[in-house]
Amino acid sequence: MRLRTQALKGAAGGPFDFALGAGDAMAITGSSGAGKSVLLRMIADLDPHEGTVALDGVERAAFTAPDWRRRVAYLAAEPGWWHDDTAAHFPDRARAVALMPDLALDAALLAQPVHRLSTGERMRLALIRTLLNDPPVLLLDEPTGALDPQATRLVEAILSARLRAGAALVIVTHDMDQAARLGARHYHLQAGTLTPQ
Amino acid sequence: MNPILLTPTDLIIASSLVVLDAVVSVWLGLRLHKQVLVAAVRCAVQLTLVGYILRFVFAIDTPLLTLGLILAMVAIAGREVAARPERKLARYGNQIAGLSAVALATFVTATFALATALRPHPWYAARYAIPLAGIMLGNALNAASLSLDALLSGVMRERAAIEAQLALGVRFREATKPLIRASVRRGILPIINVMSAAGIVTLPGIMTGQILAGLSPIEAVKYQILLMFLLAGATGIAAVGAAYFAMARLTDGRERLRVDQLR
Repeated sequence: MRLRTQALKGAAGGPFDFALGAGDAMAITGSSGAGKSVLLRMIADLDPHEGTVALDGVERAAFTAPDWRRRVAYLAAEPGWWHDDTAAHFPDRARAVALMPDLALDAALLAQPVHRLSTGERMRLALIRTLLNDPPVLLLDEPTGALDPQATRLVEAILSARLRAGAALVIVTHDMDQAARLGARHYHLQAGTLTPQ
Repeated sequence: MNPILLTPTDLIIASSLVVLDAVVSVWLGLRLHKQVLVAAVRCAVQLTLVGYILRFVFAIDTPLLTLGLILAMVAIAGREVAARPERKLARYGNQIAGLSAVALATFVTATFALATALRPHPWYAARYAIPLAGIMLGNALNAASLSLDALLSGVMRERAAIEAQLALGVRFREATKPLIRASVRRGILPIINVMSAAGIVTLPGIMTGQILAGLSPIEAVKYQILLMFLLAGATGIAAVGAAYFAMARLTDGRERLRVDQLR
């Protein structure tokens, strides 16, 4: 199994036990405050919790925290930026520029300061930032929440390509059709419990 | 040249200036007259008490009493550092960070001065150790509280930026470096201002006091320069200490950013 959680418990509730194989996607819905983001953050080891998570059969404890997060990549719903300069967030500029047209982004955006970018542009650039690590597991928190339908389809196309290449995906979304388009199993998070839909 | 010794009458005459402040407050409706008078009385009472305590401690001059008094001063300074920031770390984190920072800064610089430049006999003589520790503490307190405040308020503001980097596999100490830098900078800037302006904009207090007390200006200046350098060292250590000790409380073994440790 690409990703397996066992007895995962924390602020989001639990215990959560689930497994995703290579190419598997899982969509999580739930009202705001239900703990969807916290669940992703627990898997990425960003929030304290109990239980275990394994990547390709290797327990998380065997990885250093940065190594784990590079492989099991969490992308927040409102990702942070730590330079004014957009390009400074992309050490491998050439690869970033290569990915940008797939998301309908002009390479000239890298020359803009971060605060000049629109919410949708920031979201797509943050996704590129995450994808450049080639993580085998993607934990995405409403990655298309701020996007128009056309840009949403482009993001889904990229995610589908990653799934075909063997990644596993956990995505928080409010869009039922999106789960279907990604071929994702749909779970609903309520009162600390994940229920298959 | 002998110092001109002050009599209580001299001080009472000088206090008329404080009364002048109070009159101004009443006249302009500042509602500060009570505070001015209370502050002036506190100042006089506290300093008189300290004078008697110091005379007592200097007269006895045992290392244990000297150390005890310095430790008490360090404890009070640590508490002040902890109380300053709006946000507090859980489990007495502010107190521990504040105390460690000022204690480290004071002991390192005071011991350094006593072992190199001043070298009194014995090196721990209360007459030198206590005032030196006191002035180091005052400045370390200032630097540590500025640095701690900048760090604790900055960490909430920069939370998304730090966590975005952690999520990309950046190490905690890399992701928090800009914040540490900004905090230490805030702590150190005041002493840089003071050193740059010394002698031009202001005559530093210690030098003024020594000149008034009859020391030659050149000797007073040498002392002042020594003290400025010591203070630069103390503020640097205190600012760095406060930032790093506090940041250590904001993470854990898995390099998470633990804002839940902040109240």
